[in-house]
Amino acid sequence: MDSVDASLVNCLQDGLPVCSRPFDDIADSLGLSVDELLSRVQRLLDDKVLTRFGPMFNAENLGGALSLCAMQVPLDRYDEVTDLVNAFPEVAHNYERDHLLNMWFVIATERPEQAAVVLGEIEQLTGCQVYDMPKQEEFYIGLKLAV
Amino acid sequence: MTGYSQTLSKAQQSGKQLDATDRRIIVATQAGLPLVAEPFAALAQQLGLATDDVLQRVAAMQASGIIRRIAAVPNHYALGYTVNGMSVWNVTDDHISELGRQVGALDYVSHCYHRPRHLPLWPYNLFAMVHGRNSQDVAAKVAGVAALLGEHCRGHEVLYSKRILKKTGLRLKG
Repeated sequence: MDSVDASLVNCLQDGLPVCSRPFDDIADSLGLSVDELLSRVQRLLDDKVLTRFGPMFNAENLGGALSLCAMQVPLDRYDEVTDLVNAFPEVAHNYERDHLLNMWFVIATERPEQAAVVLGEIEQLTGCQVYDMPKQEEFYIGLKLAV
Repeated sequence: MTGYSQTLSKAQQSGKQLDATDRRIIVATQAGLPLVAEPFAALAQQLGLATDDVLQRVAAMQASGIIRRIAAVPNHYALGYTVNGMSVWNVTDDHISELGRQVGALDYVSHCYHRPRHLPLWPYNLFAMVHGRNSQDVAAKVAGVAALLGEHCRGHEVLYSKRILKKTGLRLKG
């Protein structure tokens, strides 16, 4: 990965215009042809430097619900509770974290009213209280690389 | 009012409702946009739509917040950012929107949200995911966030992930 790639990763995170030739301006600013730019983006995707390129969807605004939830899971039941929580298809991500609240998962549902039902079922099955932390405000999502 | 109903009402206020064609566009682009000089024309051809129709619908979805932006998602690990800490901050309510924007604009913060407290167990209302090349690097960056928040912060913690228990993509059914 060279400095042009790093600049490209930064530019592409900021977003492209919605127009018929959205890569033209970025290619110009980096001194590349559009074909050179596209082959670099393809290589960054092939090398897994980029995981994805395209529209970034905001799941809540699609009409569903998305929330970050935390639980305090007794250590001697951790594996059992993990299996119970992960079995829900609505649980998209789940992380063990170093805290009293030691299980953090993201739930995503296509309809907003499903979220409370799923969280209620998780509480009932696991016997652990779910701390629901839906976002109230979102600030910028992205990461800038030193070039 | 919860965060969800706030964002939903924003989408409703903008008067944009998804129809079946919008949904087809979303499903067709969840894995990504075609990597060609005219990606929306390629998408239109794939879906049997006019290019202008696709451009107008994508622009409308971006205006209403359904699409954040057309952008690349980097793989933090491949870029050398192998350590991440979920930093959580107890910020005075009056300042959270302004300070959240400033924290979110920092180069090394990838996600930044205002979330509800759960007192007394959980006093933190600002979440910022901080990425670094090692744990000292993350600690130095967390100190940078603390300096930015200054007197408006009453406490913070950093939660490191010990294990990924599950990771699947968000997928809308076709």
